Amino acid sequence: MNIFKKLFAITAFAIGTLAFIQPALAQEAPDVLIKRISQDVLDTAKADKEIQGGNQRRILELVEAKILPYVDFQRMTALAAGRFWRQATPEQQKRLTDEFRKLLVYTYSGAIAQIRDQKLEFKPLRAEPDATDVEVRSQVLQPRGGEPIQLNYRLEKVADGWKIYDLNVLGAWLVETYKGSFAAEINKGGIDGLINTLTEKNKRLAASGTAKGVKTAS
Amino acid sequence: MNLVIRIIVLALALAVGGCATTDPRDPFEPYNRAMFTFNDKADQFVLKPAAQAYSKLPSFVQTGVGNFFGNLWDIWTGANNFLQGKVGDGFSDVMRVAVNTTFGIGGIFDLGSEVGLVKHKEDFGQTLGVWGVKSGPYVVLPILGPSTLRDSAATIVDYFAGDPWQYKFPVRWRNTGTAIRATDQRASVLDAVNLLEEAALDRYVFVRDAYLQRRESKIHDGETKKSTYDDDVGPTPVVTEKAGESNSVTVGNVSSQSAEPLGKTVVNKE
Repeated sequence: MNIFKKLFAITAFAIGTLAFIQPALAQEAPDVLIKRISQDVLDTAKADKEIQGGNQRRILELVEAKILPYVDFQRMTALAAGRFWRQATPEQQKRLTDEFRKLLVYTYSGAIAQIRDQKLEFKPLRAEPDATDVEVRSQVLQPRGGEPIQLNYRLEKVADGWKIYDLNVLGAWLVETYKGSFAAEINKGGIDGLINTLTEKNKRLAASGTAKGVKTAS
Repeated sequence: MNLVIRIIVLALALAVGGCATTDPRDPFEPYNRAMFTFNDKADQFVLKPAAQAYSKLPSFVQTGVGNFFGNLWDIWTGANNFLQGKVGDGFSDVMRVAVNTTFGIGGIFDLGSEVGLVKHKEDFGQTLGVWGVKSGPYVVLPILGPSTLRDSAATIVDYFAGDPWQYKFPVRWRNTGTAIRATDQRASVLDAVNLLEEAALDRYVFVRDAYLQRRESKIHDGETKKSTYDDDVGPTPVVTEKAGESNSVTVGNVSSQSAEPLGKTVVNKE
């Protein structure tokens, strides 16, 4: 192969890559987005012994860098609070979102610490090309076999891209599952009661660390 | 059996003092809560320690045990798939059992999955659901855990029709096998249960609300119904116009601002 052919090949490859990347950045499809971030998280966790050992700081860094930018926590909180959301003052809404967000991050971090040899599988996206609200369906294949863990994401398109606002694990929607708990807490002690319960819970989780969940992982 | 009755009576007695939030799907909440607590204790002192010890065994042993009992259940899964009219899945299950029982040496190796015969898991409760039987109220069974009225009745059918191990003699072997199976199943969800403990505000409510959704989705073979919520405020940036809340703009920035305190708490801890 002479040098011109080589150069030509490299240039062609570079242009091809650019042409591919440009539109992808402009508007990444929701399933492509989910695939990219989940694969990214999976690969990072698999390669990082610190994360597998349950280093909470490392895990939180990973979650904050890779996942948080794509989640609409306020909407999640509002949906879980249901009709009580509008009764809450702006200050309460802010604190509630904040605490709920912490709780979800801790839980998610615990899940990441358990990543070993899992594989991801995506089902084809069923949505119109111009849809603004879609469900991306995937499943996690466990190394020990058995039934795969179903993992679906609900996303809505907003000005700056797609945002996740609900998650389905093993057939149960996260928001729907928290709705009952939120209502129960609010009935007991009002919105402040719920905020306090969440705050207490987060304090305990911060104290015990996600390492607790890791020790038992074989 | 006598013991079970005694436990139920005890649980009912305990339940009298229980508090109830009224969920229409859970009219027996006081009893259910008491049983949930009882199961929790049984898990804490018996099943979980056993499962933790078991999970130290080499993973091929655990996988083999799981496969062996899974293969026995696959027969019943196949039968239920036929009963639900899913003939293709039913034949696939029959093939799976055939392959795994022979080439997989009595089911210890799951070769079926390797050759593309996917594992399904069906029980008679799901079949009844497909036939249109409503789930009825939520029920927490002793030891077995979350169920519904429909699924409790179906569990009895599962036990006699679907569990070949139930007919294993001598009794000594049968009981040992049942204990090993329970331990293996508990071990497979050790991590998941730990996560649940972190995630839940009130574990009883959390487990109930997740379980009922999961059962419903299993009846439709994992096709979850799209989540819809009554008081949807819409995506965050839109909230300002929609709900007329002038403050929402600042609230929308919460996630990026508060990213630090959370990280810091952890940093300080170390």
